Amino acid sequence: MNKSLNLQEVCILRDGAPLIEVDHTIHAGEVLSVMGPSGVGKSTLLSFITGTLPSAFKGMGRVLLDGSDITQKPPHARHVGILFQDDLLFPHMSVGANLAFGMHPGGSKSEKRAKIDASLRDVGLEGFADRDPATLSGGQKARVALMRMLLSNPRALLLDEAFSRLDADLRAQVRDLVFRTARERELPVLMVTHDAEDAKAAGGEIIELKDLRAC
Amino acid sequence: MLRFLPALTLLAMLGPVVAGLWGTLLPAFGHLPSAGLHGPSLDPFRNLFAWGGLADAARLSLTTGLVATALSLGIVALISASWSGTKAFRVLERLLSPLLSVPHAAAAFGLAFLIAPSGWVARLLSPALTGWERPPDFLILQDPLGLAMIAGLVVKEVPFLLLMTIAAIGQAQPRRSLLVAQSLGYGRVTGWLKTVFPRVYSQIRLPVYVVIAYSMSVVDVALILGPTTPPTLSVQIVKWMSDPDLSMRLTGAAAAILQLALVIGVLFFWWLGERFVAHFGSLWIMSGRRGQDDTPIRMFSLGLGSICALAVFLGIASLLVWSLAAFWSFPNVLPDEFTWRTWSKHGPDAFATFGETFLIAGIAVLLALILVLGCLEAEHRSGRPLSRRGLWMLYLPLLVPQTAFLPGLQTLLLSIGADVGRIPVIFAHLVFVLPYVFLSLGDPWRAWDARNAIVAGALGARPWAIFWRVRVPMLLRPILIATAVGIAVSVGQYLPTLLVGGGRVSTLTTEAVALASGGDRRAVGVYGLAQTLAALVPFTLAIVVPAVLWRNRRNLHE
Amino acid sequence: MKYLALVAAFAAPTFAFANPDLSDWDAVTIEANGQTVYWNAWGGSTTTNDFISWVGDRVMEDYGVTLEHVKLTDTADAVTRVLSEKQAGEDDDGAIDMIWINGSNFAAMKDAELLFGPFAEQLPNWAVVDSEGKTVQTDFTVPVEGYESPWAMAQVVFMYDTADMEPQPDMAAILEWSNANPGRFTYPQPPDFLGTTFLKQALVDLLDDPAVLQTEATDENYAEVTAPLWDYLDALTPTLWREGRAYPATGPAQLQLIADGEVDLAISFSPGEATAAIANDQLPDTVRTFVLDGGTIGNASFVAIPYNSGSAAGAMVVANFLMSPEAQARAQDPNVLGYGTVLNMDALTTDDRAVFDALELGIATLSPAELGSVQAEPHPSWMTRIADDWAERYGAGQ
Repeated sequence: MNKSLNLQEVCILRDGAPLIEVDHTIHAGEVLSVMGPSGVGKSTLLSFITGTLPSAFKGMGRVLLDGSDITQKPPHARHVGILFQDDLLFPHMSVGANLAFGMHPGGSKSEKRAKIDASLRDVGLEGFADRDPATLSGGQKARVALMRMLLSNPRALLLDEAFSRLDADLRAQVRDLVFRTARERELPVLMVTHDAEDAKAAGGEIIELKDLRAC
Repeated sequence: MLRFLPALTLLAMLGPVVAGLWGTLLPAFGHLPSAGLHGPSLDPFRNLFAWGGLADAARLSLTTGLVATALSLGIVALISASWSGTKAFRVLERLLSPLLSVPHAAAAFGLAFLIAPSGWVARLLSPALTGWERPPDFLILQDPLGLAMIAGLVVKEVPFLLLMTIAAIGQAQPRRSLLVAQSLGYGRVTGWLKTVFPRVYSQIRLPVYVVIAYSMSVVDVALILGPTTPPTLSVQIVKWMSDPDLSMRLTGAAAAILQLALVIGVLFFWWLGERFVAHFGSLWIMSGRRGQDDTPIRMFSLGLGSICALAVFLGIASLLVWSLAAFWSFPNVLPDEFTWRTWSKHGPDAFATFGETFLIAGIAVLLALILVLGCLEAEHRSGRPLSRRGLWMLYLPLLVPQTAFLPGLQTLLLSIGADVGRIPVIFAHLVFVLPYVFLSLGDPWRAWDARNAIVAGALGARPWAIFWRVRVPMLLRPILIATAVGIAVSVGQYLPTLLVGGGRVSTLTTEAVALASGGDRRAVGVYGLAQTLAALVPFTLAIVVPAVLWRNRRNLHE
Repeated sequence: MKYLALVAAFAAPTFAFANPDLSDWDAVTIEANGQTVYWNAWGGSTTTNDFISWVGDRVMEDYGVTLEHVKLTDTADAVTRVLSEKQAGEDDDGAIDMIWINGSNFAAMKDAELLFGPFAEQLPNWAVVDSEGKTVQTDFTVPVEGYESPWAMAQVVFMYDTADMEPQPDMAAILEWSNANPGRFTYPQPPDFLGTTFLKQALVDLLDDPAVLQTEATDENYAEVTAPLWDYLDALTPTLWREGRAYPATGPAQLQLIADGEVDLAISFSPGEATAAIANDQLPDTVRTFVLDGGTIGNASFVAIPYNSGSAAGAMVVANFLMSPEAQARAQDPNVLGYGTVLNMDALTTDDRAVFDALELGIATLSPAELGSVQAEPHPSWMTRIADDWAERYGAGQ
């Protein structure tokens, strides 16, 4: 099977006017960076892929994930993971419960628990399962958010300015962790950013989105 | 299913209003087939205009509505201008927000016990300061100008408008505006009024209109504090509607139409007033007057706000004291002794009524929550937020005077042979509970970060799983607060229970108001307190439950 | 629902509740068992409410009848309800099963054929009612004819605070006293029942010959007959509490005014009310009662059953219980209600009579001898007109 995220002649319109046009294939383990000034509709592109495009917009074209067309599928059936600039850990759940939220149903409680403990260990947060997310540091939260997404077994990864809230040191650290994990798991990654540093670190292709409205 | 909820909500909210207005309109023009009367005829209006008390009753409706609203709005504007953003303001907010849920009738009883010539205030000052050995023969309650009634409305509407204002201030980003104004040399009050108030007012306009319509047509407060020679138009409508002579119903219906016309007229008048004030306000803004010395005005506004809060708190305290009083003569500040007798006499009945009250409130609020959460979820999923027209629809049941459509609804229910009792009462309550639950829950619901839903969806959660497992728990606090608001609204309903219940359904409010005519302050104390508790306890729970449930979840505490 | 009832009526005749057979009291009590009776009674007096709730306990105990007190602010509300139900065709199970009623409301309902009956004289306890000596066969001059059953006797008395005034012999003296002590007297606002009673009492006392009031008021005689009343009220009103610009809503509201020291004199329709109120801390213990030298108005309180009650059997059981020596003695107890009994003492068993004899009158209650002669209620037509006129003159648009 051809592991890739394929955006075929994707075009997003607002009020009938084209906002973004993308036609690109991201292969497994590759990162495509989409750059452009704010307001150009970078995040709108991501919402088209996750299936949550606001009703003010209209999307055309197709999204293929590992060869199958997901354009018409509901969000929960797309297997596309996404990270935002905020960790968006659910504040009413413990760290462990947040991780369990994305895991597929089935398996015993203890199996699940073991898996959660193991993945926390992987990101250096051993014993954090029962903690309140609010008590974690920014970097810790980012790692939990990444792990929560990975535990849902996504087939592609979207990053929406995912590192912009972190300070410089942490930023490089988390960024490396995300890109390394994506490569290990052979996930195609689509990153939206306004930071050239991020794009450079990603090492993949870069698309500069222009403001089509200005044309 | 979800798609139909908005329509269903609209039907539950506006159906009874429209049906009731129809049921009022027909008899107002002489058409009441069930009584063998066929219209159209103008006799009902002729009879109405022949009533000697009409001019006074209509004037009372106008003045109480306008004066109570203007005073409440003025106090709220002054308090906000003087204190918003300060520590004193937060204290005042804390003090006033529980008052919002105190039923109007209970607050009115408390106020009556305070300001009557034989009330607590006079007792505190007598005979030392006043020399009164007996209560002075002053016409303080039931005064023909309706001043006591206006006071009773103001102490309740100030908390309502203030909380609405606080919500609006949050969106108006007042701090920056105020900083800019102050850096240009404006005083705090003047600066706030010139830069922040216009934006805030446009947000609280509809609530202000609600206050106008409510104050013009309220029945329970008028029965307790209002004049009787003649009574207000709305009280007289209820009297006519319950006259054994059926032709009086026609007069009552005509009066109800007049009441509606008066409210519409006053709303229009107010709207004109808004234009007028906006015009002169902008001249005032352009004048560049800085108005720096505003210490007196700040003290004055703090005093007014405190009086409002104090009036209700002391009033409730006086309900408590009367409910425990043995013989208590004037001018003693406290009763000769305290006794449980009144409680042991009325406690069991009050408790049973408490149950009935909660049953009605509980079901009405549950229905309201289902409809409102459904609407909000439908709105979220379709991505189409409530339009301006939708917002007006929400406010419509609160803008149509109760006395204009409830008598019609009662007549209509009777003529189709519908059973009276609890179920129609629940649906009548729903008409008023729905908008408040919607307004209370709408903002926090929409303010929720929708990216949570995107993340949860990307993690494989289906829409209803997102709703139940993520959104509802995160919004538990506002949901419980909205529930408490709904319960308080239902507990406070007088006219819907009385008219639609056909006398078979009694809640704490109808019992308390019925007791009012008997003047037994001890019994009124018991029922007034029970009423207050019925509204306050859910509020307390709404604050305590999430705090306990989420005690280890710091981000859910504001 | 109606079909179900019909089927039930055919299948099991005992379920046909339309018309209980009055000649068989046992059958009535059997039918009553399990019924719920909605008694619509004025709810403004807490002592009366307590009494009604006691009646509810007792009929549940003895007959399995559930009694629900629907508290009215105005008995006319109940009349309206029945009338509307009749218009709407609700003829089988209306919202009201029993009404505390008398006077014009009774006349109106009887006239419109809204009442169930006749039943009162078939109730077992009718045998011990003093149907000759007490005015229980006419109600405000309207013949009762068994359409309502009596349960209490009432007579006008005036409650006054001995700390502040002396008893007054007649209405003219009350005006004189009020002139000398402005703001110390008021009466409930008509059309409140006690308020209109005050107007009637005044008229009866002011007229040289009140006999004219026993016949229907006519357009010809009304103005002339009532002229002394309006002269009296025109003189009295400015001297009233709040100068007559506000009135207490009901009779019991006057108690609070006396207790607060706002007024010294108030009208009551229950000779024992003052004593009961003193016991309840609602009146100072210096309050006593007096009657006018020329006598005061008296009448009976009744209960009636609407024609469309679905629980007529239960309602009759309650009505009968209200006339029982047990209930009557309790109602007469000044610590409970202090209402006059409708029973004939001579018809009672020795034991029952002993209960009545053992009742103490209470400190503020006059003895039957002191209560003096009872004056008859005027024909209801007078009251209707006077109440309307009062509202015109003093109630609205002054």
